[in-house]
Amino acid sequence: MLPTAPLPPPAAGHKPQQDASQQDAPLLQVTGFSKSFAGFVALDGVDFTLHPGEIHALLGENGAGKSTLIKTMTGVVARDAGTMRLAGAAIAPRSAEEAVKAGIATVYQEVNLAPNLSVAQNLYLGRQPTRFGLVREGEMRRRASALLAGFGLSIDVGAPLETYSVAIQHIVAIARAVDQSARVLILDEPTASLDAQEVEVLFAVMRQLKARGIGIVFVTHFLDQVYAVCDRITVLRNGRLAGSAPIAQMPRLDLVRLMLGRELSEATARRSHAAAGPAGADVAVFTGLGKAGYVAPFDLTLRAGHVVGLAGLLGSGRTETVRLVFGAEPADAGTAEVAGRRVTLTCPREAMALGFGYCPEERKTEGIVADLTVRENIVLALQAKRGALAPLPRREQDAIAARFIRLLDIRPPDPERPIGLLSGGNQQKALLARWLATEPRLLILDEPTRGIDVGAHAEIIKLIRDLCRQGMALLVVSSELEELVTYADEVIVLRDRAHVVRLTGDAVEVSAILAAIADAPAGAAAAA
Amino acid sequence: MALRLPRIGTSQIVALALILAANWVVSPQFFDIRLQDGRLFGSLIDVLNRGAPVALLSIGMVLVIAMRGIDLSVGAVMAICGAIAASLADSHPLPVVLAASLGAGLACGLWNGLLVAVLRIQPIVATLILMVAGRGIAQLITEGRIVTFTSPELAFLGGGSVLGLPTPIVLTLAMMALTLLIVRGTALGLMIEATGGNPRASALAGIGTRLITVAVYVWSGLCAALAGIVASADILGADANNAGLWLELDAILAVVIGGTSLFGGRFSILLAVVGALIIQAMNTGILLSGLPPETNLVVKAVVVLAVLLAQSPRIGAQIAGLGVLFGRSRSRRRS
Repeated sequence: MLPTAPLPPPAAGHKPQQDASQQDAPLLQVTGFSKSFAGFVALDGVDFTLHPGEIHALLGENGAGKSTLIKTMTGVVARDAGTMRLAGAAIAPRSAEEAVKAGIATVYQEVNLAPNLSVAQNLYLGRQPTRFGLVREGEMRRRASALLAGFGLSIDVGAPLETYSVAIQHIVAIARAVDQSARVLILDEPTASLDAQEVEVLFAVMRQLKARGIGIVFVTHFLDQVYAVCDRITVLRNGRLAGSAPIAQMPRLDLVRLMLGRELSEATARRSHAAAGPAGADVAVFTGLGKAGYVAPFDLTLRAGHVVGLAGLLGSGRTETVRLVFGAEPADAGTAEVAGRRVTLTCPREAMALGFGYCPEERKTEGIVADLTVRENIVLALQAKRGALAPLPRREQDAIAARFIRLLDIRPPDPERPIGLLSGGNQQKALLARWLATEPRLLILDEPTRGIDVGAHAEIIKLIRDLCRQGMALLVVSSELEELVTYADEVIVLRDRAHVVRLTGDAVEVSAILAAIADAPAGAAAAA
Repeated sequence: MALRLPRIGTSQIVALALILAANWVVSPQFFDIRLQDGRLFGSLIDVLNRGAPVALLSIGMVLVIAMRGIDLSVGAVMAICGAIAASLADSHPLPVVLAASLGAGLACGLWNGLLVAVLRIQPIVATLILMVAGRGIAQLITEGRIVTFTSPELAFLGGGSVLGLPTPIVLTLAMMALTLLIVRGTALGLMIEATGGNPRASALAGIGTRLITVAVYVWSGLCAALAGIVASADILGADANNAGLWLELDAILAVVIGGTSLFGGRFSILLAVVGALIIQAMNTGILLSGLPPETNLVVKAVVVLAVLLAQSPRIGAQIAGLGVLFGRSRSRRRS
């Protein structure tokens, strides 16, 4: 494991600016933050320290607790336990507004400004300079121009915000936040929708703020950006602090391992190929499938009784890949062949007619229909496949629901309960049942074990193995690499929206996957 | 099973019963029904008869709302289709009149559906277009006049009776039965509820959400056309300025009183019609009571508020928390 010391001595020769600041008292000190949602522990005793003039990367996979940490720090969500000090004084903001007043401002990925108002109006919304109660438009524009000039931005501040690029909108949001006397600036995935040049512009602004002594918390999924601009990294995993260290002490491989892996000894545990039979006939062959700006063209062959795993960090193109395969997003390049026949996939219905099934990652927004019962949710895909004019008789629906409730041990075993009242794991099982009821040839699972309890993990993995043995082709996206290697016959690693490495047979090892994700030679694991 | 209670709609039926009882108090002969010239007469029959147009509108509206949509144009579509029927009634045979009028309603619904499903315009804006333009179209058809007709065939649809029941009631019952058959007899009902509940999940489960969206607006247009025909047949003419005026709001109200959420999902056609009857029973009651008709809108608002509050989970929770009055509301809420 990596050192998780809260404040290691500054590394020799490391950026002097930061070293100087590290000797100061911490700007923001969060101690023992905890938060549970209805029994699910989202944050468990997390400590976080930010120094003045520090750009601090906050990393972790989906559900690691990053957003919860940010929301509890900014008062959007009330914390269950923990204390927070800003420049030595205890603070406890109860809303984003109070946090801004205290000096903590947040800029979200989706810019939270009014696109139809002018840049100047956005900068001074709610605090316009006035005279006799009237807004002094000219004064406001002068101030806005001066403020943005400080960020090296010379634009017409009278034009509506929406006429500018996303990068400029971000800088305007940052300028607004900083101008409201922010000492701590939280940037929540600001770069997700920016191109490379725009990212550089944003980085320049971040470095400038750093020089002014502002502490920046930077949330991103792009490791290159972390190493380009950050001073320190904190990694969360499953709601806990996984590690925190200056950038120089955390090479890529260690970072990826902190984010995805567990103990190395556990990670290298031997996998059992015994479960998987010999690969059967090709079910679907994709050649050069891709979509510009979505995921780079890739080749993919899915065989009966064969599990292909997709690994990579969030935003690396895993979900994008499976959406192309299922036709949920139409591809603009490449060909698909199913059972030897050339096909086009432009919508889920076509994919379903070919015998595909897809359990999406976003269970709540793309999977369940919360108001409908477990039975209705289970029969939904089968009913859609049959068409509206061939309704499943109620007796048949009941039989299907009862069979899968028994088979997958869905609890409580009440088919007439609205599915929204079930736990995450049971919802996931019901969604699996939805697709199994259609008897697919190819089942695509996107993060099938995310956000569900440990017991359900084991059951779903067992189910994946069983389905594979019965000759189904499976395509599984998973961040749980230790689990993935136990059932995958082949793992494709993605980075920056492209398939970069394909591992098969005995090469399917956690260490090899981690190395591929971090873009480091496999041997580097030991050296780190 | 206690879980199924909300779909039976206890609060709506209780509300309707209370209003009917109130009507009986203000007008003791409210429940008197007599047979005269082979047709039933009486205040209760009046409620059903007068309520028919809004009930017809609410049958289409409930499907649109279940899909997270809304159809503001139904009042204007009533005016268009009523104008077409009245204009053609004396010069063409009834089947042609009906085909032209219903066809126009279908086309209006198709227009709305395409705007919403294909051009992805927000339903409230998309149907607002026809709500405004439709009344103008109706005025063009009637050339700005009130068109009258004498055709007894068409008049029968408004003033006649079948087996003693006024024709509007029979048409409404028939339309309700047909809609129930189509929606609940096939898997469409499930698909509408799924799509309204979670459009993205439903599309990924292979439901043709776009086609269903178009279909519900078409059906709403058809229901509006029928309502327009009934309204015209009733007054033996078409008044483009006033036919169906503001009835879209009554129809939306009827659907909401019927327990279908404006956020889509679960819906009940039967309870939407009950909602329409609640509204009409109030209108009739105020007329019978001798109160000035101007109070109608205020009383209506109060009653509607009461019905909606009774359905609200938050209020229900407080009532249950107090442990008073409604033993049933508790089980209702929990399900």
